[in-house]
Amino acid sequence: MPLETEFPQDYEKRDFDVVGSRAVRPDGVDKVTGRARFGADAVAPGMLHGKILRSPHAHAKIVKIDASKAEALDGVKAVVTRDDFPIHEPAAEDRFLRDILVNVMAREKALYDGHAVAAVAATDPRVAARALKLIEVEYEVLPHVVDEDLAMAPDAPVLHDDLGHEYGGGKPSNVAGTVEIGHGDVEAGFAAADVIVERSFKTGAAHQGYIEPHACLANIGADGRGELWCCTQGHFMVRDTVTQLLGMEVSNLRVTPSEIGGGFGGKTTVFIEPVAVALSRKAGKPVKIVMSRDEVFRATGPTASASLTVKIGAKKDGTITAADAVLKYQGGAFPGSPVDMGAMAAFACYELENVRAVGYDVVTNRPKQAAYRAPGAPMAAFAVESVVTEVADEIGMDPIDFRLKNAARDGSKSSYGPTYTEIGLVETLEAAKATEHYNSPLGPDQGRGVASGFWFNFGGQTAVSLNVNVDGTIALSLGTPDIGGSRASMCAMAAEELGVAYEDVYAVIADTASLGFNDVTDGSRVTFASGLATIQAARQAKQRMCERAAKIWGIPADAVKWEGGAAHPSGPNAGDHKPMTLKDIAAMAGETGGPIAGHHEISAEGAGPSFATHIVDAQIDRETGRIDVVRYTVVQDAGKAVNPAYVEGQFQGGAAQGIGWALNEEYIYNDKGQLENPGFLDYRVPVASDLPMIETVIVEKPNPGHPYGVRGVGETSIVPPMGAIANAVSAAARVRATEIPMSPPRMLKLLRDSEQAAQAAE
Amino acid sequence: MRYAAPTSVEEAVQAMTAEPGLVKVLAGGTDLLVAIRSGRIEPDLVVDLKRIEETRTIEPEGGGFRIGAAVSSAEMSAHEGLSAMWPGVVEAAALIGSTQIQSRATIAGNLCNASPAADSVPALAAARAVASIVGPNGRRDVPVEDVPAGPGKTSLEAGEFVASILLPKQADRGGDAYLRFIPRTEMDIAVVGVGVNLTLGADGAVADARVVLGAVGPRVIRCEEGAAALVGTTGDDAALATLAEAASAAAAPIDDKRGTREYRIQVTGALAKRTAKIALDRAKG
Repeated sequence: MPLETEFPQDYEKRDFDVVGSRAVRPDGVDKVTGRARFGADAVAPGMLHGKILRSPHAHAKIVKIDASKAEALDGVKAVVTRDDFPIHEPAAEDRFLRDILVNVMAREKALYDGHAVAAVAATDPRVAARALKLIEVEYEVLPHVVDEDLAMAPDAPVLHDDLGHEYGGGKPSNVAGTVEIGHGDVEAGFAAADVIVERSFKTGAAHQGYIEPHACLANIGADGRGELWCCTQGHFMVRDTVTQLLGMEVSNLRVTPSEIGGGFGGKTTVFIEPVAVALSRKAGKPVKIVMSRDEVFRATGPTASASLTVKIGAKKDGTITAADAVLKYQGGAFPGSPVDMGAMAAFACYELENVRAVGYDVVTNRPKQAAYRAPGAPMAAFAVESVVTEVADEIGMDPIDFRLKNAARDGSKSSYGPTYTEIGLVETLEAAKATEHYNSPLGPDQGRGVASGFWFNFGGQTAVSLNVNVDGTIALSLGTPDIGGSRASMCAMAAEELGVAYEDVYAVIADTASLGFNDVTDGSRVTFASGLATIQAARQAKQRMCERAAKIWGIPADAVKWEGGAAHPSGPNAGDHKPMTLKDIAAMAGETGGPIAGHHEISAEGAGPSFATHIVDAQIDRETGRIDVVRYTVVQDAGKAVNPAYVEGQFQGGAAQGIGWALNEEYIYNDKGQLENPGFLDYRVPVASDLPMIETVIVEKPNPGHPYGVRGVGETSIVPPMGAIANAVSAAARVRATEIPMSPPRMLKLLRDSEQAAQAAE
Repeated sequence: MRYAAPTSVEEAVQAMTAEPGLVKVLAGGTDLLVAIRSGRIEPDLVVDLKRIEETRTIEPEGGGFRIGAAVSSAEMSAHEGLSAMWPGVVEAAALIGSTQIQSRATIAGNLCNASPAADSVPALAAARAVASIVGPNGRRDVPVEDVPAGPGKTSLEAGEFVASILLPKQADRGGDAYLRFIPRTEMDIAVVGVGVNLTLGADGAVADARVVLGAVGPRVIRCEEGAAALVGTTGDDAALATLAEAASAAAAPIDDKRGTREYRIQVTGALAKRTAKIALDRAKG
């Protein structure tokens, strides 16, 4: 039986019919007409409304919680506090899991402004809100710290007694861990350098800024079994995390993901879901929780803020002789800032003989960080790309030529260890240099910057089912929530492989009971990994259809081949049979052996990194410090753009988020450690009129690890913007900007200080 | 919470006076509804002005225009006569919120919300606009800059509300302008706002000027020294530099999440200069 043949995963050059076209996304009509159901659209009969009481203190001991008055309020059906979240076995053994539990509901201490301390479920949202006011919490306020450098100081308030003993010299500290990567002899490298530049930088924490706040509906029955509907980037993760935290069996919870109004990494963990399940279990009724925007900012994960020092040495001919970085990332109140990824990504664009990056994972009284698009990499790239350009300037080389001279190429040993196979950095640099943009003149008070960026990309666990319907259409079940047009890409790949029309494939995101385990949608993995599994599932279905044709024709299965959407006899010896199309075979499935399907389960490897080079023109208003990005071009390697429109969308989206992070987005804390700007009015993501049209150039250097050459594209696009913008701004301002965001007050101060320094020097 | 939609000024005053609890007046509602939804306030009575005729019209009066309290900024922008005479005021009103918000937002609401950063108020004050206030004791006229008493507070008595705002006739060789500084391009709150209204004499020199600063004090600030720096000059660079210094000196901002004190002082000067240039160009015609 040829049925279970392993199909090759490697790239094969081919001509495409469907892949590469700008097909309309299958979820588009629902989204523009309002029919799409998002997290907050879930309802159930008899549903209660849950609300969460949050700490107003950045750091406080929770002495006592008295919820009796809230429980007595008419309409309140359940109140939960730390007492309702005992530490079950998996969390007792797994610090990562326990931290999620403690983040979901505070225990001994409130660790940041917005930390959940209690929750109620009531018949009406207003009753729930009133009940929150009746819960009496006695706090003992403790000193707090929200800055990574201050948190590392010897006299800093310490968040956790069981952390950071190594950094603290035997005593607890806020440094949860350190990481070091690199190779060669950095000191020897610097000794051989003609030019050395060393600078320190700061970057603010940025929120993912998804439009849709977290929302979920939990419905747990008296038998302990139940369902959960939520907006998430990974419903299997939600199921496994919630059940482990609450002491349930995995099979007792079925999780269905909604459409998602943006995630960008921020929906790869749980916040309100365990609370809703606990409330529903206690009340015996469905419970819905929808976060307010204020809660999203105060209590969900932004990415880490960072303090960085980078030192690069080079010879006069432009060869980098050594590169060194120290990265300090605070990831909020729990260990796990993405400093490890930052350290690995910092110098990944360059082939370096001597390289080192040291990272510190710092805890502070801020919300627990969550992944944000290439977690950890943009801050490191900002610092490194700033210094790279400064070294090029000192040597007197064009910044793209300097990068080309040192760029990582096919077969280069990466700074973080592995040797690259086939990568497209050089191609992006060459394409960037050839753009009209790079060769155009600049206006007054304008500067141009370039920066490159890298992201690892990821494969991971993926299961896909592909069913051939009776009319010859295809039902594709995926387990990776679609956050960037992935259903369209999967439909295109299935159609390509089967030889059917794109419109004949309909993809859904299946719930946790309907498909094997899938890792969350993260790491730019879905178009690669779910795409790979879709192709393999389609190949399996093709093989089965060939078998059915063979059965009908009465010839051996290996005498049938699939071509152009139909089964054909493989050669003249196989007999003279009229080809059977997919529709023909589908219509006869019931008589030839039953349903026809293809499945594929894989832990995918060979994702293939993606590199990018961005070009930015920025203009500065020297009287107000205001920065305008006047022109922007993204050049990135996509391996193979399955749907160029959505690839361009990913390029533009990453650039737009990077521009916001670079210029205005920041968390503003007052002296009590309370967040002052928990809303989009004062947490300034760019509005459409803030941005130029972001131009795109898609480079296609096939990924050898994917049958069509696909690489993930979602994350690399946010890695270069901060460095590229800082380089453009510094050129326009004639002074180096080292703090992100480069907000008008900060820029005006920088200009004034540099003018005064220049005057003093004269 | 009760909702009332009276059809006359008298009826509205009566409803407001009769309510012992918290009364809020609803015009466009772009501040009020946000405050109610967020739980910041819980009014006992909301009085909607939109069914009162006077609040819905822009009427010529004494060579200027009387703008009803419920006239939206979009309606102001669409009014050719008003836009031609007071472009600075109309542009200030058109900066509030987003396009959607501007179809509801009103300058009377902007005034009575009493935010130090209100965009229309410096422009209105520069234009010498007068609020017509009605209440249990009848009607009184008050210069707009005296309506806000401090952040979130007005000088209105219980049962009083602004029914309309009168923009007087602009001088023959007069011009006005308003500029604000925000980090974004739109949908933001002023970090600094400057309104300038000036008149040129027969000799082409500035005969009269008003310079009003917003978002740099608890209420708008009339910058007399800035105005004096312009009067008697042609608005040349030296005069503008003196204006900038005077405006920076008059600014009394605080440090907050939208900018440092130092930053606001510096930007006030730069913005005053730019605003005066536009007003000068408009005055020249």
